[in-house]
Amino acid sequence: MSEAAVIPQAQVGEWKLPSKGVVGMACLIIAEAAIFIIFVVAYLYYVGKSLSGPTPKEVLEIPILTSICLLSSSITVHYAVSSLHKGVRAATSLWLALTVLLGGIFLAGTGMEWYKLIDPNDGHAPLTIRTNLFGTTFYSLVGLHASHVIIGLIMLTLALIFSLTGKLNSMHTEKLEVLSLYWHFVDAVWIIVFLVVYVFGR
Amino acid sequence: MATQTPVPAAVDQTTETAPRRLVFEVLQDWISTTDHKKIGMLYIGYSLIFLVIAGFEAMLMRIQLAFPNNHAVSPQAFNRLFTMHGTTMVFFVGMPILFGFGNYLVPLMIGARDMAFPRLNAFSFWISAFGGLLLYFSYIGGDGMYGAGSAPDVGWWAYAPLTAHAFSPGHSTDYWTLAVFLSGIGSVGTALNIVTTIISMRCPGMKMNRMPLLVWLYLSMSLLTFVAVGPLTAAQIMLMLDRYLGSHFFDAQAGGSAVLWMHFFWIFGHPEVYVLVMPAFGFASEIIPVFSRKAIFGYTAMVAASIGICFVSLSVWAHHMFTVGLGPAGNAFFTLSTMAIGVPTGIKIFNWLATIWGGKVHFTTAMLFAVAFLFQFMLAGLTGIMLSVAPLDWQLGGSYFVVAHFHFVLVGAILFMLFAAFYYWYPKMTGRLLSEKIGKWHFWIFLIGFHLCFDLMHIPGMLGMPRRIYTYEADRGWFLLNFLVSTGAGIQTIGTLIFVFNMVWSYFKGEVAGPDPWDAWTLEWATASPPPAYNFATTPSVASRRPLWDLKHPEDTDGQYE
Amino acid sequence: MPIHPVSSGLAFAVTSDFLQSPTTTFAPAGTPAHSVVGLSWLVYGITGGIFLVVGGLLVYALFRFRHRPSSPNADQEPAQVYGSNQIELSWTVIPVLITVMLFLATARVIFSTEHAGKPPEALDVTVIGHQFWWEYRYPQLGIVTANELHVPVSDPKHPTPTYLTMSSADTDHSFWIPRLAGKMDLIPNKVNTMWIDPEVAGLYLGQCAQYCGTQHAKMLLRVYADTPEQFAAWVAHQQQTASQSPDAVEGKAVFEHNACISCHTVAGTVANGRFGPDLTHLASRDTFASGAVPLTRENLRTFVDDPSHFKPGVLMPPMHLNQHDLDLVTSYLVTLK
Repeated sequence: MSEAAVIPQAQVGEWKLPSKGVVGMACLIIAEAAIFIIFVVAYLYYVGKSLSGPTPKEVLEIPILTSICLLSSSITVHYAVSSLHKGVRAATSLWLALTVLLGGIFLAGTGMEWYKLIDPNDGHAPLTIRTNLFGTTFYSLVGLHASHVIIGLIMLTLALIFSLTGKLNSMHTEKLEVLSLYWHFVDAVWIIVFLVVYVFGR
Repeated sequence: MATQTPVPAAVDQTTETAPRRLVFEVLQDWISTTDHKKIGMLYIGYSLIFLVIAGFEAMLMRIQLAFPNNHAVSPQAFNRLFTMHGTTMVFFVGMPILFGFGNYLVPLMIGARDMAFPRLNAFSFWISAFGGLLLYFSYIGGDGMYGAGSAPDVGWWAYAPLTAHAFSPGHSTDYWTLAVFLSGIGSVGTALNIVTTIISMRCPGMKMNRMPLLVWLYLSMSLLTFVAVGPLTAAQIMLMLDRYLGSHFFDAQAGGSAVLWMHFFWIFGHPEVYVLVMPAFGFASEIIPVFSRKAIFGYTAMVAASIGICFVSLSVWAHHMFTVGLGPAGNAFFTLSTMAIGVPTGIKIFNWLATIWGGKVHFTTAMLFAVAFLFQFMLAGLTGIMLSVAPLDWQLGGSYFVVAHFHFVLVGAILFMLFAAFYYWYPKMTGRLLSEKIGKWHFWIFLIGFHLCFDLMHIPGMLGMPRRIYTYEADRGWFLLNFLVSTGAGIQTIGTLIFVFNMVWSYFKGEVAGPDPWDAWTLEWATASPPPAYNFATTPSVASRRPLWDLKHPEDTDGQYE
Repeated sequence: MPIHPVSSGLAFAVTSDFLQSPTTTFAPAGTPAHSVVGLSWLVYGITGGIFLVVGGLLVYALFRFRHRPSSPNADQEPAQVYGSNQIELSWTVIPVLITVMLFLATARVIFSTEHAGKPPEALDVTVIGHQFWWEYRYPQLGIVTANELHVPVSDPKHPTPTYLTMSSADTDHSFWIPRLAGKMDLIPNKVNTMWIDPEVAGLYLGQCAQYCGTQHAKMLLRVYADTPEQFAAWVAHQQQTASQSPDAVEGKAVFEHNACISCHTVAGTVANGRFGPDLTHLASRDTFASGAVPLTRENLRTFVDDPSHFKPGVLMPPMHLNQHDLDLVTSYLVTLK
């Protein structure tokens, strides 16, 4: 037992480690992906197994416009990050605003889709989460995704406000990059949801 | 050939003087802390309280089961007891105590100043703590199925459709769902912190293949946590949607499937038990070498085995469902994958054995618990192999044989290794050694109680006794065994109380430890006991897996052998 | 808490003979149970061998390499050995080989049990699990009964197994008679099958093995393996409608004017409820309440008055009959042979 602690001080060359923010966000993405996968599995498990009620083919329209908007917003947020890296404030604000706008269009489109499903005017039976297995798995999966879009939009709007009020500078690039990773994840999930629900499941 | 490279070092000569503080200040410090050491101790203290509560629940059950057709406890109360005992032990004892040790040790062992995200760390603790309080509030809150006291009574797996509103009216199931959901958020937060800390905050020179094995095991268990907790969270969201929004995920009337809940739950549940056991492997990989006075045998193989276990554990879940009707192909597949996980696990046991071989074994209390761990974990693994054989599981599954098997892992392996970890790291955390004399009493009494209880418990299972029954018929031949099992449970209670006494007594009267009481080799012993808030006066930099061995044996450093 | 020291002690002495447990997995009396026991010897042998070898080495190592403070080089560290690729390889390969061998032996039993062909003489029984009783239907014979399952003994030379087709009306249950076969779950919206072929006539005990609610512990199983004569007699009796004893006319009236008929069926009367057990031949059974209560007049009376006396949490509500009606209804029930 020594009385004073002795701290090793070996000679070490260059020492660089991955950034905390990126690693942390990657972990969060893995955890969230696990949740989404289960909802996708439930959707696939129950495809065609509803005992009654409207089927996907009857009531779903492929959301091409809103999907294009959402996926484009990945491109705009990428440009926002590179603008911030170069220190161009105005461009950063512009790209962020576009991202929020495109995401907002997606959300609005989803909202309208749900409105038409729940309260149709065209003779189809209404579809709610309790109508049948399709309703259950559809609303929960698309809704889980939409809630992640909402959280992302809130964070992006905050970033936009910081950018517009001059509080954002190129030192914050990494933080914005980490947020953009989250947004890319949200878009990637949409690709999966789109394929499973609107392509395969119909 | 030994090269005579002098190993540079710095001697920490700062003295810690702490002025006496008011009780209020101390409390405020602990409640608002973001220091990983304090958060670690909060987790540990919190889990010990719940360990005592859940242990009390177990004792009540064992009193009820000590005699056939007993009336110590009503059927409704018993069903709540086994649900609460299981839920508490897994989510509010097991996870927090292991995350607590991880929180405390990982930054120290990699030479870091704190965790990567200290505020997330604090948030994760407090949200888990709230979950535990919410679960126990259920005993008094709201009305349940049959009146007052609506603690959940659906079993800790909460199988559908027992959890549907039709069969579980009232709010007891909701308390279960929400409390465990919150604990899951806390677990993911802490796991995220651990992974980021390990990847992004290692001290200079600590390449991944120089990290202590405990750090590797915490890295593995945290990665596994991400993948495992998600399915449970998803299933719980689905359950709440079913119960409150009328969805049909598990609603048989609408074509929903009870088996789907089982799949989702066990896709969480099986990796979860590996999340629980891997830190125990980590403790063993630090403690056994030090008290054998030898480096761990096969470091790389141990790392590979840990990662292998992570991956294979994701493919075995339906061995909890052998009796559900998966079909012979399904049953055969899960038999194979479950047997396969025995291979890397066995490799670890062999490596620990090889570490002891040729060493000089010091039987401190910590080492006694570690040795018992080796035997008991091996036995648990072997009964696990028995259960992996699907036809045997058709008889033994759902019976007390399974209860005995998993308590062998949870108590015999994990809790024993936790006791070892306490005896080993308590000096670091408090500056005082736990009493070895009291420790020996603790060890032997607990060991006897453990074996009396859980060795015998296998037999009623083989004699047809299913689990989760509040009583049993006198003509089954289960009486004597159950009585002895209950006695063993009582003896373990005494052992645990001795442990608690040791912790308290030693805090005031224990021998002062100094920075390195065990003559050990990893970085946590390179600072004072307890460590200062900043951990290390200067950032360490290392050149091998055992930096303190290099300092103590400059003529024979580890680096040349790695 | 336990009662008399004397009766406890007696119970202790009598039941401590766990070697004669009626539900032991070690006394198989049917083919599925036999194949499990056969496989289990292999498994216990292998695991026992591993335990002896590894455990023995561990004990030896702890003894041989213990620190001896009095020895001359007590303070020196032992030789540091970091690993050995050959050793690692060998103790990887050997377990893999053991695993493969064990798996192949297991797969054989899995497929032989689950893919067993169904002989034409097999008896079909549909089993429906309820909270907390068992419904049995014999579609080939037009019989519906509850809680006590009668099957023919199966002679290995001319097998007459019973094929059980199982599902649940509510939560998950599991059918487990250890001496006859491994357990199989009863799950709502899912049909599972298993087969039993008791080789010796007699009563086989078991109970529900999947937690299904408050009275899971008392959802007991009784399987009567009958000789061919016994079985034929039982079938003939069960196929009849309920006996119409003149002693029970008043009691029958009480029964039929209360809510009893909405849950229970008595064949040949207006009672055709499906929620509770079929009572047509209730009094021909040894027990009721799913094996939990011996069938006596007194017990029946108590049960009808307050079911939770025997099984707190059972789904049958207390009927709140006055004493007179209670006596009449009980008299009626005991005539339902």
